[in-house]
Amino acid sequence: MNRFAGRLLKNRKQTIQVGIALIFVVMIFIGIFYAFFILKHDPYLTNLSGRLQSMSLQHPLGTDHLGRDVFTRLLLGGQQTIGYSLLALVTAVSIGVPLGIIAGYKGGIVDRLFMRIADGFLAFPDTIVAIVLVGLLGPSISNLILAIILVKWVNYARLVRSTVLSEAQKEYILIARINGLSAGKIMKKHLFPHIVGHVLVLASLDLGKIILLISAFSYIGLGAQPPMPEWGAMLNDSRAYFQSMPELMFYPGLAIVSVVLITNMLGDYFRDRFDVKKEVNQ
Amino acid sequence: MTLLAVKELSKTYRQGSPVISNITFDLNKGECLALVGESGSGKSTLARCLLRIEQIDRGKISLNGSALEQLSERQLKPFRKNIQAVFQNPAASLNPKLKIKDALLDPYEQYKSELNLAHFSYPSKEASVNQLLEAVELPTSLADRYPHELSGGQRQRVTIARAISIEPELIILDEPTASLDVISQDAVLRLLTDLRKNLNLSYLFISHDLAAVNQVSQRIMVMKDGQIVDQFEQEHLLAEDRHAYTKELVSTF
Repeated sequence: MNRFAGRLLKNRKQTIQVGIALIFVVMIFIGIFYAFFILKHDPYLTNLSGRLQSMSLQHPLGTDHLGRDVFTRLLLGGQQTIGYSLLALVTAVSIGVPLGIIAGYKGGIVDRLFMRIADGFLAFPDTIVAIVLVGLLGPSISNLILAIILVKWVNYARLVRSTVLSEAQKEYILIARINGLSAGKIMKKHLFPHIVGHVLVLASLDLGKIILLISAFSYIGLGAQPPMPEWGAMLNDSRAYFQSMPELMFYPGLAIVSVVLITNMLGDYFRDRFDVKKEVNQ
Repeated sequence: MTLLAVKELSKTYRQGSPVISNITFDLNKGECLALVGESGSGKSTLARCLLRIEQIDRGKISLNGSALEQLSERQLKPFRKNIQAVFQNPAASLNPKLKIKDALLDPYEQYKSELNLAHFSYPSKEASVNQLLEAVELPTSLADRYPHELSGGQRQRVTIARAISIEPELIILDEPTASLDVISQDAVLRLLTDLRKNLNLSYLFISHDLAAVNQVSQRIMVMKDGQIVDQFEQEHLLAEDRHAYTKELVSTF
């Protein structure tokens, strides 16, 4: 614990950054739970007589073009955007990591088969694949999540495979084999600790990208469908009122930007924290 | 009494000439048999074949009279606890992500139900780790460290501790001192000799260093281009009837 704290304090600027990021994360979670438990307004309740209101005590961030409370929708939208992004990320990681470990450690035909499949996915830019999949399956948030999982798992599998490949040749793995450890045990005890850091770094950087992807797809109508409150979809809804009420676009935009910034800050922090080479040099 | 008998062992990699061919030798219980040769002569390949982490092409390997060469990985498991290995590079022999105490008990945890130990006892994890570290003359405070916090000599002692932890009959030492400085080399060699006597171990000691070999072993085999060209008792190292290549090796020291 002391060593951890020491390393944490070595870089003061970063400590402050991480502190801010963590405060934001806590705030977001409080906000989301707040939205979950004590909704003051129904996020779906339209009120055409009270549409496009500006800030008031009743509606802290005003109301949108259908008279719905913007603040409530913003919180609920965060729940959707972040929740779905985490779901996509966790699923992609839990598919990619085991497959990568197995391919890297087993080698041979398993590995070659796996690599060809991965190459197939990587041959197309992931946005294109996602658009095609959503286009084929029909626009909905669940199809979008499915598409994101399908394009993202490959990155994890390849990252893990290359790490495992370089470790599996080292003597300590040979000794583990001599000691009669099964392949499963070797993967779990000896190889898994090597990939946790790498995966955590990639995942925290990916979270921002996935949030952007979901928002972007919802913005062009391929993701969340109305009336579901989702930040990208909210941006799209407010587009028509940009000149009369620009703040309607400003709130979800600011929400997306700050969440993506936070995940990137955390990603940078994890990268520095798990940089083994740096650790050895110090 | 013969512990390990190797007969006409050969191994060829996918293309090219055989790496080792027609290796035949016996290793007696309790002895330290040395295998000397220059780099590329096939010493390490022989070690890997004996450990069955490398497939062999032809030949026989028997341990205490049981043939090992045909066994599958599963059938091999009961024999694995009798043979341990220490490799050249102690930095690569320890998982950099695991603390010493977690790396040390790997073999014991694997075989604990089938072991019949004379020297070590395993009352608790902590006591076992301390006992093993003491056996290789390391401070017990190292248990909570990571490998990169240890010196090369300390790391090699840890790998030796791991190898002796289940009191195997045979330890294959593949250049165990090659990456150490002269002083730690000497200390590790003396430790190995003491351990062999105290724990009743046998060694196959692979090295390119004739001085080290002369210090620890009773019998010496000389390997050249994948074949054993000379085999003799340690005290006959300087005898007149040695093979020309052995004489050449001796003259370089």
